[in-house]
Amino acid sequence: MRQTKNKIMGIHLLLIMSVLIISLPVILALIISTQTEAQVMSYPPGLIPGTNMVNNYIAAWNGVNLGRMIINSTIIAFGVIFGKVTMSLLAAFAFTHFEFKGRNFLFGAILVTLLLPVPVRIVALFDVIRSMHWIDTYAGLIIPFWASATSIFILIQRFKTVPSELIDASKMDGCTPMQYFFKVLLPLTRSTIGALVVINFIYIWNQYLWPLMATNSKEMRVVQVGIKMLMSTESTNNWGVIMAGVIITMIPPLFVFVVMQESFMKGFALQSEK
Amino acid sequence: MKQSTFDNKYLPYILLIPTFFILVVFLFYPAIETFRLSFFKIHPWTGAEKFAGFYNFVKIFTNRDYLRSFILSAFFALIVIAAGLFLSLLIALLLNQKIKGMRFYRSLLIWPYALSPAIAGALFNFLFNPANGVLCYFTGFRTWLTNGNTAIIVVIIAAVWKNLGYNIIFYLTSLRNVPGAALESASIDGAGSVKKFIYITFAFLSPTTFFLFVMNTIYAYFASFGLIDVLTEGGPSGSTKILIYYLYKDFFVHSKIGYAAAESLVLFSLVVGVTALQFRTAGKKVHYQ
Repeated sequence: MRQTKNKIMGIHLLLIMSVLIISLPVILALIISTQTEAQVMSYPPGLIPGTNMVNNYIAAWNGVNLGRMIINSTIIAFGVIFGKVTMSLLAAFAFTHFEFKGRNFLFGAILVTLLLPVPVRIVALFDVIRSMHWIDTYAGLIIPFWASATSIFILIQRFKTVPSELIDASKMDGCTPMQYFFKVLLPLTRSTIGALVVINFIYIWNQYLWPLMATNSKEMRVVQVGIKMLMSTESTNNWGVIMAGVIITMIPPLFVFVVMQESFMKGFALQSEK
Repeated sequence: MKQSTFDNKYLPYILLIPTFFILVVFLFYPAIETFRLSFFKIHPWTGAEKFAGFYNFVKIFTNRDYLRSFILSAFFALIVIAAGLFLSLLIALLLNQKIKGMRFYRSLLIWPYALSPAIAGALFNFLFNPANGVLCYFTGFRTWLTNGNTAIIVVIIAAVWKNLGYNIIFYLTSLRNVPGAALESASIDGAGSVKKFIYITFAFLSPTTFFLFVMNTIYAYFASFGLIDVLTEGGPSGSTKILIYYLYKDFFVHSKIGYAAAESLVLFSLVVGVTALQFRTAGKKVHYQ
């Protein structure tokens, strides 16, 4: 009995230690984001909250026009999610509810895209976007991400679990395929769609390489690139302002993550089953 | 069980048109075009093309900097994967114990997943900055980021930290699926708990481990770009310049389009390699269950 008690205490201790170590960088960033430049520069480093929190957050917000970048990242995230989920739903519906010539070939073509992450095709993708005059536009940051093998696979998995009787019954009632899609299938898929929205929001919000290359003007920059801009505009020692910018930037995905955690975990479980 | 289907000759194609339009324009064409460009010399300003055979490949693979970047990337990926999977398995095992507050701990341990590599770069840039970085102070060593040998260590720590949450989620999910019956029958046979863990748990975890191996390889090779751009910009003097950063510089900064295309192809073969591995293990997964 005593032994198990000690064991449980030990596990709690180890877990608390892990939590502290994992949280440390962000806790420190929170503290630093409240300090004045002088407080930040004190040596040894002062690890207590400072007196400049409001000013730092305002400076970070105004310094590189973070507000505009947050709007950009939000528009891009929702633009990608809307197109990606819509198109993946339609594609998954086609693959699971119809028999047609070339089905396997087309499915194979989608499978192949798993081999083609952005860096592998970036040289010519950049040319395509440039020749479309899509540099510095939302279109250039949104539309190339609309097709997704992973989302299609996850939806196919989900659609396969819908009982066949529902299709037969709908057919008997004289439902057209699209009526069945909207009235029967979509309502049953709501939680999977939720999971896809969460995963993709975090994924798109956190993208870096493509938005860096596909935008030039300050007006079109996204938050992730903004972090680096903030670091080069602020004097190198003004970590208070930089960390304030970092905290602002991490809030939206963290918020989505915390609020939707269950749906998020579910989405992950689906991903590993693919 | 075979699923019932609708009879409609044209509808499935119509449903697939949007996806395939995007695939052709933004995936297949750019991939094939990049492949083609890797065999051409391209003028940086006029864009004039001249067939050059394997010139670009010979050039990059006889460049010491590129070879160094190639080895550095493999080293970086290997350490990030090994350390990342080991630590996350350890934490997942702790989380899998039946104790109070498990869900609470879980949330507190996986949230860095929601942060971006660029954010991780900014955080660790501060922690290790030479002027007053907290970790410089506590380690009594100021030149973590200005010394090539130690800068890569900082990049590795940041990359592992950032991806722990992701790995923990997957290990935790598959630990839940280890059948209690198998563990029980093992303990009746008198297997010690260490042996029990190694033989049974590990057998069940191996598909997840392979999956995570692939995902972490892709992460280390590609997604760490933002982290490195914010943390070290590939420096000091190229000591953290992994292949993706090298490609970005050659293409975007130096306009060496042919080289960049060839470098893309090198990365492509890497993706093909690890994906093939994943498919082989996906086959194994069927055997286990």
